[in-house]
Amino acid sequence: MTTNGSNTSLPKPLWLLAELTYKCPLQCPYCSNPMDIARYKDELSTEEWIRVFKEARALGAVQLGFSGGEALVRKDLEILIAEANKLGFYTNLLTSGVGMDEQRIKAFKEAGLDHIQVSFQASSEELNNYIAGNNSFEHKLEMARLVKKYDYPMVLCFVLHRHNEDQVEQILKMSHALDADYVELATTQYYGWALHNRAQLIPSQAQVEAAEAVAHRYQEKYKGKMRIFYVVPDYHETRPKACMNGWGAVFLTIAPDGTALPCHAASELPGLTFPNVRDHSIDWIWTDSEDFNKFRGYGWMKEPCRDCSEKEKDFGGCRCQAYLLTGDAANADPVCSKSPHHEQMVKLVNQANSDANSNTAPLVFRNMRNSKRLTEHKWPVFSKS
Amino acid sequence: MSNHFEADDIPQISATFRLQWEEAQDCHVLLYPEGMVKLNPAAGEILKRCDGINSVGLIVKDLQSAFPDADLASDVYQFLDTAYDNQWIQHKSA
Repeated sequence: MTTNGSNTSLPKPLWLLAELTYKCPLQCPYCSNPMDIARYKDELSTEEWIRVFKEARALGAVQLGFSGGEALVRKDLEILIAEANKLGFYTNLLTSGVGMDEQRIKAFKEAGLDHIQVSFQASSEELNNYIAGNNSFEHKLEMARLVKKYDYPMVLCFVLHRHNEDQVEQILKMSHALDADYVELATTQYYGWALHNRAQLIPSQAQVEAAEAVAHRYQEKYKGKMRIFYVVPDYHETRPKACMNGWGAVFLTIAPDGTALPCHAASELPGLTFPNVRDHSIDWIWTDSEDFNKFRGYGWMKEPCRDCSEKEKDFGGCRCQAYLLTGDAANADPVCSKSPHHEQMVKLVNQANSDANSNTAPLVFRNMRNSKRLTEHKWPVFSKS
Repeated sequence: MSNHFEADDIPQISATFRLQWEEAQDCHVLLYPEGMVKLNPAAGEILKRCDGINSVGLIVKDLQSAFPDADLASDVYQFLDTAYDNQWIQHKSA
């Protein structure tokens, strides 16, 4: 299945995303976590995570993201940061800021944390708190200021969708006022909860174009002071992104229960067995497991990808999007205008264009109650461990 | 010779970057939030000397004695400009 004894051409997992827990004090309806989060009760222990870090580092992983859910929920976060730092990882905490205070920010610094990315839901308190499902805006501002005070690079992240897409200018002004080093204008990715709420989240073409123009204007305006990352949302594109830089090429995600995934949305794909770090070494999972080899390289591709001159640029796009929209994960990502399914994307955007001011269905918020209600009937009778 | 540095200036790695040797990459790398720049051997040799202690003049001298066959002063100044423009290095804060 895998290599012929020589591993020299096998890519290394440079990026390890540690989803420490799916517990989260926020309820953002655009969350890309799986909808069955309530099923993940058996979280890896401190010792198990440390073993994962050691094994991934030995394979060459150098960036480590602490994520979730909300990683701050884990009381052992300080210990995990210290261990990761000792191993030589560049450590990133991707957080809502809820569950953090000055004392913890200081403790993280002492443990060797390199970077804290604070996410906001909007630039206005009202919308932020509505989307987050709690009164977190003022606290987030305070956390952002403390991130600066303790000399971390300040990265702010805003996930854009129909409800905040028109705030990009205010978002960038606010970020500049907070003295941010980087601003990530992330796009909602329609997996998990976001997919469930897609009709209420997808922005219109006009919104996307206006947001892009503002982002580019401010990239010039704040040049040398604040870096602004903006990407056009997939559904509004005609070529797919090089998702995860290719399957099993750079990224390794570990879910709270130890499930290893080539990307954080891959648990939605059918026909994969999802190796668990409790049963296998990271080396085996990365190098030998069937799942990590399934869409590695180009051999799995069908037309129009197989003979496409751009396949080495975008690797056929996102496997999860291909599955969720076409029913077959080996199809071309339907973002691509060469895909026979691309019309579906166009339809969704057209729908959003006409819907923009009339989204009547309520957003389904991401929380354990909704997770149980919507997915419990699908849970396996005997959970894995 | 350089837009940003004189011989007496002291460069240091910017606070938003971390320089380290990566065995798996077999090169020096610059790490920053969620990203990495792989450095070629010459860039690695220069940046590891940008320690906030040595002046550019001393860095050139040190490199010259480590690599006596090359006449590298202008290359070093040129690279420091590139590094500065990429915000990898800054002047040592007073």
